[in-house]
Amino acid sequence: MTNMLAETMPLVEALNVSRRFSRKLDYAEKIANLFGAGLEEKTVHAVDDVNLAVYPGEVVGLVGESGCGKSTLGRVMAGIMAASGGEVRWKGQPLTSLQGEDKRAMRLSAQMIFQDPMSTLNPRKRVIDLIGEAPKVHGIVSGGEMRDYVAALAERVGLDPSYLDRYPHQFSGGQRQRIGIARALAVKPKLLVCDESVAALDVSIQAQILNLFMDLRQEFGLTYLFISHDLGVVKHICDRVVVMYLGRVVESATPDELFDNPKHPYTQALIRELPSVADRRRVFTPIKGEIPSPLHPPPGCHFHPRCPKAFDRCRVERPVLKENAAGHVSACHLNDLAVHQTTNATAEPAI
Amino acid sequence: MTPVLEVKNLSTHFMTRRGALKAVDDVSFTVGQREIVGLVGESGSGKSITGFSILGLVDPPGRVVNGQILFNGDDLLKMSPAAMRTIRGKRIAMIFQDPMMTLNPVLSVGTQMIETVQAHDRVSRAEARQRSRDALGLVGIPSPEERLDSYPHQFSGGMRQRVAIAIALLHRPDLIIADEPTTALDVTIQSQILFEIKRLAGEFGMALIWISHDLGVVAALADRIMVMYAGRIVEAGRVDGVLTEPRHPYTSGLLSAVPAAVPRGEPLRPIPGFAPSPLSRPSGCAFRDRCARATDICATEPMLEIAAGREFRCFHPHLWSAA
Repeated sequence: MTNMLAETMPLVEALNVSRRFSRKLDYAEKIANLFGAGLEEKTVHAVDDVNLAVYPGEVVGLVGESGCGKSTLGRVMAGIMAASGGEVRWKGQPLTSLQGEDKRAMRLSAQMIFQDPMSTLNPRKRVIDLIGEAPKVHGIVSGGEMRDYVAALAERVGLDPSYLDRYPHQFSGGQRQRIGIARALAVKPKLLVCDESVAALDVSIQAQILNLFMDLRQEFGLTYLFISHDLGVVKHICDRVVVMYLGRVVESATPDELFDNPKHPYTQALIRELPSVADRRRVFTPIKGEIPSPLHPPPGCHFHPRCPKAFDRCRVERPVLKENAAGHVSACHLNDLAVHQTTNATAEPAI
Repeated sequence: MTPVLEVKNLSTHFMTRRGALKAVDDVSFTVGQREIVGLVGESGSGKSITGFSILGLVDPPGRVVNGQILFNGDDLLKMSPAAMRTIRGKRIAMIFQDPMMTLNPVLSVGTQMIETVQAHDRVSRAEARQRSRDALGLVGIPSPEERLDSYPHQFSGGMRQRVAIAIALLHRPDLIIADEPTTALDVTIQSQILFEIKRLAGEFGMALIWISHDLGVVAALADRIMVMYAGRIVEAGRVDGVLTEPRHPYTSGLLSAVPAAVPRGEPLRPIPGFAPSPLSRPSGCAFRDRCARATDICATEPMLEIAAGREFRCFHPHLWSAA
């Protein structure tokens, strides 16, 4: 499966993509600088030199804690936010080179589903227009066919078509998320970027929506970039999991490999700290420290101030992604100490 | 040993134009000394309103319409507002999901903490400051002396929640009610907070009601668990028993809806349908519309059954061979 995928062209690919947000100095600060205040522009490296390819039909999970840049990367790859460095390619074509009809087609093919449907649904519009407006504008359906088209979609995502003339506030959270999904599907996308799409839902509703995502994948041949902080969800539905920390990818592998054999100390911590019903441990062994501010990320490996295994090299040199096993890469200097690590593994039982 | 808290037949209703909304409906439970009790349920199940009712924080149109809340033997519902104020924040403290709800953004953390100390104890400002500093240190905030002069926005989300916990701890309460305090936090930070809370509760002998929708968190933290559905406690018991051998179909439904309950990639098993609107709940067992085990008898009210330290309200409970 992996080999077959490797030969095909990625649907969307990020090549050394960076995204920086900076705040320019205002007049007062510029004047202060003339007097030698030495103020600098504040720049956040939300995404820092990331490579990520998503192949057709794949479900890629992007996990990490708040501020790690996973949402920003998702937006850049969906084409709704420009990269500040590097290149995003859609079916091999750089996004920046797409013009006219190609650009429009790409925009329609990559749709996003957000965490809070209420903030993405216009409260003054009826469901029929929320879902039907985009396909009508883009000529996918005519005005006369719109109602039937929307009703079919609504039925598919589990909404009662008799509710089409209602407003978003008349729906529950789970139903609103279904409206958001129907709206994304209405323009016949290839790629769905789901940004924390099930995070706000109760566990039972979350299961319903996740099942819907999986059914739609089969039915419409969709590709997903599934952004979540919830490792349990990601493990369940993804073909590949990418772990980010402070703007960088630290590890990427298949879920089974990642959960059974995590290489990066950060991934190991995330998996260990995940509270689960099955494993009712009474002891917590949290990793120390805060997630550093992306305004002033630590030098070297971003994780080193919190890492229990950090050594001198981690403080100065940025680790690069290296392949540990087929399809399993991680960015950690411990990889170069493989021999040392295996001896350690016997002394220290696996997590 | 007398329990810290004994709630008897508590009902909290919200009077709306469309009738009385029964947010909490005939809820009874006890919290023993030094006990950590998890209160779980989906949104709208009444778990937060239960917490608010105990502290007398339900605002109109909501009202506690029935029941007793015995705190160390005294009925909180019969207390005057003045007497209640000597308990709230002093003997019972609350921690909210969003610490920005607790913290005033325009006052430094130190000012707010000193105010909290002096609201209940006649001590000098210097002594109050000392106590505040110690509390910040206890919850693991580095350099507490300097941080006293910081404002809430200068803390990260996890640190803010630590400040809120420090404020709750200022008077060494007998009981802390924590309403989803780690829901908004990242996994590694949540783990740190759970670690601190567990340590502090043990150290000071506090009882804790931990309100959460996350069964995993409650499983790791609590001694006992209570499952709420549509305003009622449908099952309660030791964490180990309830989570491994649930009797109520709703509890088992919640447990099998999580991704970890099925092999990777297979369809999840959600509970069919969704929670009924609190204004139009079915008669009898409110869960019967979604329940695979329901029969005609479920249209009548299921009584609370108590067996081997387990309580549940169901006509057709799961049977476990060991039980």
